[in-house]
Amino acid sequence: MPTFVHTDKCDGCKGGEVTACMYICPNDLMKLDVDGSLTGHPMRAFNQEPEQCWECQCCVKACPQQAIEVRAFADWVPMGGAAIPLRTDNAIMWTIKFRDGEVKRFKFPVRTTPVGSIDPYGNKPEPGDLNDQKLFTEADKELPRIQS
Amino acid sequence: MSEGTFGNPEIVEHETDILIVGGGMAACGCAFEAKRWAGDDVKITLVDKAAMDRSGAVAMGLSAINTYLGENTPEDYCRYVSADLMGITRDDLVYDVGRHVDDTVHLFEEWGLPIWKELDDGHRVDGATWDKKGGKLLKDGGKPVRSGRWQIMINGEGYKTIVAEAAKKALGMENIFERVFIVKYLLDANEPNQIAGAVGFSVREHKLYVFKAKAILNVCGGAVNVFRPRSTGEGMGRVWYPVWNAGSTYAMAAEVGAELTMMENRFVPTRFKDGYGPVGAWFLLFKSKATNGFGEDYLVKNKDMLTEFAPYDKAFVVPSCLRNHVMLKEMKEGRGPIFMDTPTAMAKLAESMTPQEIKHLEAEAWEDFLDMCIGQAGVWAGLNIRPEQHKSELIPTEPYLLGSHSGCSGIWVSGPEDIAPPEWQWGYNRMTTVKGLFTAGDGVGASGHKFSSGSHTEGRIAGKAMVRFVKDHADFKPVLKGDIKDIAEEIYKPVRNYFEHKDKTTAEDINPYYITPRMFQMRLQKIMDEYVAGVATYYQTNAVLLNEGLKYLTMLKEDSEHMRAKDLHELLRAWENYHRVWAGEAHLRHILFREETRYPGFYYRADFPKLDDENWKCFVNSRYDPETKEWELKKVPHKDLVEKHYG
Repeated sequence: MPTFVHTDKCDGCKGGEVTACMYICPNDLMKLDVDGSLTGHPMRAFNQEPEQCWECQCCVKACPQQAIEVRAFADWVPMGGAAIPLRTDNAIMWTIKFRDGEVKRFKFPVRTTPVGSIDPYGNKPEPGDLNDQKLFTEADKELPRIQS
Repeated sequence: MSEGTFGNPEIVEHETDILIVGGGMAACGCAFEAKRWAGDDVKITLVDKAAMDRSGAVAMGLSAINTYLGENTPEDYCRYVSADLMGITRDDLVYDVGRHVDDTVHLFEEWGLPIWKELDDGHRVDGATWDKKGGKLLKDGGKPVRSGRWQIMINGEGYKTIVAEAAKKALGMENIFERVFIVKYLLDANEPNQIAGAVGFSVREHKLYVFKAKAILNVCGGAVNVFRPRSTGEGMGRVWYPVWNAGSTYAMAAEVGAELTMMENRFVPTRFKDGYGPVGAWFLLFKSKATNGFGEDYLVKNKDMLTEFAPYDKAFVVPSCLRNHVMLKEMKEGRGPIFMDTPTAMAKLAESMTPQEIKHLEAEAWEDFLDMCIGQAGVWAGLNIRPEQHKSELIPTEPYLLGSHSGCSGIWVSGPEDIAPPEWQWGYNRMTTVKGLFTAGDGVGASGHKFSSGSHTEGRIAGKAMVRFVKDHADFKPVLKGDIKDIAEEIYKPVRNYFEHKDKTTAEDINPYYITPRMFQMRLQKIMDEYVAGVATYYQTNAVLLNEGLKYLTMLKEDSEHMRAKDLHELLRAWENYHRVWAGEAHLRHILFREETRYPGFYYRADFPKLDDENWKCFVNSRYDPETKEWELKKVPHKDLVEKHYG
C-alpha cells in the first residue's frame, strides 16, 4: 500500500539534505529527488520501493506540508477509499473516505504529557544492588519467586 | 581519512562498552535501565537502522498493551504462555517478565501513554479523559479496560514516540547512531566464544562502521517476508508483522555460533483478510464470533478434532494454533470464506447503549485499526465495509518467526539467577551462549507472549545484567577477529558486483553475473512457501519436501555472494535478505529435526501428523559452528517450574 507525494505540496523540506519523510520512514523508502533526474520533479520526495511499504503512515504524519498520502494497493483494493491522518502533539484526527463517497471522522488522543517533557530518572530511586534481580525502579519492592 | 564514495566507504571505528543493536521496544528498555546502573563509568551506544521515534514493531502504534498482569500472578502468566505454546516454554524467563512487566507499564503511563480506564460506575473512558472524571493512574489503583485477561486498551498511536523519548533522553543523542545497519557480529581474536564487536554501514552516507564492545544487545526483531506473503504486487509490504524485521537477530547470532532454540516454532496469525487487521479486540472486547461461510461456529463444530492434541485443547483459552487447525478444516473442505460476524456483535452491544455510546463504540472499532494497522482501515474504506453492517473475511496468514508475540522461536539464553535451574543459567540474565552477547524481545526463544510491554521489560532485565557483565570484565579489551579491510570488502561485495558487471547488458536488472536483492527475496519466499509449509501447501510438509527445500536453499545461500547493490538502499536490502535466508534455514532444519506435529494449524509434518509428548516434549536447540560451518541439532530436556493444569 504505497505512499504518494503531491507535486504541488512537497517542497523538499526547503532544501535540507534529509526531508522529514526520509528521516522517519522505518523502511528507508522515502527519497528526495534533488535534481529531478529520477522522477522529473526536482526537490520533491518519492517512494523508491512502493511494494515494500507497510502503510504505517509515519511519513504522512510527519510531513510538514501534508504532501503525502497513501493510496491502497492497486492489485486488490478498489479505487476511491482513503484513510488520512492529521496529527498534533496530543491528538490525531482521521478522515475515512469510503469508495461510495461517505466520509467519517474520528479523533483520538496520542499523548497526555507535552512532547519533550519526559524526565527519565526524575523522582526515581537511586540504583540499588547490581547483583540482585530488581530493576532500579523496584528498589522498595519485594521481588516474588515461583510459588509452586 | 578522506570522504567516502559509493564503493569506497570511509571506515569509521568506534569503541564502547555496551552496544545496543536495534531501536525497538527491547532496545529502548535496555537503554533506559542500563544507563541508570552504568552511571558515567560504562559507555553505552545504540545503533538503529531506522529512526528511533518510529522504528521496530511498534512504529505505527498499538491499540492495546497485551501483557499487563494486574490482579493475576506471574504463575498464572506462565500457565497461559505455556498452554498457548503447546507446553514447551521456559518458565524461568516467562516468570521473570511477568514479575517486572507492570512496573514498566506504569512508567509508560507516567511518560504520557493514554491508557483507557474503567470508572467506578462501570463506564469506560479513553486515556486522556479519565483524570477529569475521577479515574486514577494504574499505579494508584486505577482500573484498566481489559479486553482479555492479560490485555489492556490504550490510545497507542504515539506509543513508540513516547518510549523512544525516554530512551533517547537517558542515553543522549550523542550516543545514538540512526540509519546505520549492523550486518555482522565479530568474535574476539583471543578469547574463545566471546563477542568483541559489530560491523555495518550507514544507509545515508558512504561510511562503514566498526564497533568494538564488551557486551552487545542483539535486538533487531523477528523475521518477516521469509515466506511468500498472501499479499501480491504493490501490497507485498502490507504484511502483518513489520516488513523491516529481516531475521537479523537470529542470523547474526547464529553466524557467531550462538545456540538457537525452538526455531521450528512459528506464528500464523488469523487476521482480517488482505489488510492484516487485528482481531483481538473484536473477539475479546466486542465479543464477536467467527464462522465458516455458512454461519457455523467452527470452533464448536470441530471441537472433537482437538482431543488428539490433549491436554492443550483443555486450556482456558484454546491455543492459537488449535484455533487455526479447526478453521483450516473448513477452508480445505470448501466451506469458506471465514467470516468475523461484526454486525451481530455490534448490534448486541448497542442494545443497552445510548446513541452517543453507539457512536463511541463505532469510533473504538475504527481506532483498533487506525492505531496499529491503518492498512485495514484503507481496505474497509475501499471495499465499502462498515463493521456494523457487513461481515469481514478472516484468513490465516503466511508464517512469521518471532519470540515476543504469540511465537517462541529465538535464541537460548541464561535465565534469572534466583529462579532458573542450574542447566538454564550461566551467569548473566538473558546472555546467549556466546559470552557478552545478550538478547531480548523477539530474540529470546522459548518464552513468547511478551508483546510490547514484555519486550521493553526484557530489554531492561538484559540492560542491568549487561552493566554487571561489563563491570565484572573491566580488564577485557576486545580485539576483533579478522581483518577489517577483508570484512569491509565482504560487506561491500554487492556494490562490487554491480560496478563490475552493470555495463555488460543493456538492461541492468537482467544480468547473468548478479541477482537483484528483490529476486533473491522472491526465490527465498518461493522455496519456503512450497517446501517448508507455507500457504501454498496449507502449511503441510514432510522430510522429503524439506530435504528438497534445503537443497534449493543451499544454492540460494551460495548465490548470496552474487547479489548486487546499485545504491545504499539496495545494499540494505541485500543484507536484510541475507539475514532472511539464515532465519529460513534455521527454521527448516528445526522442522526437519522435530519428528511430530506440535503446532497443528501453524504447520504439519504430514509424515508425523500426531503430537508426541513422550518423545518430543523437549526443546530443540541448534548451533552453527563458525569454525566447521556445520549445523548441529539436539534435544534439550524440558521441565515445568510452575505446576501446569488445564481446564
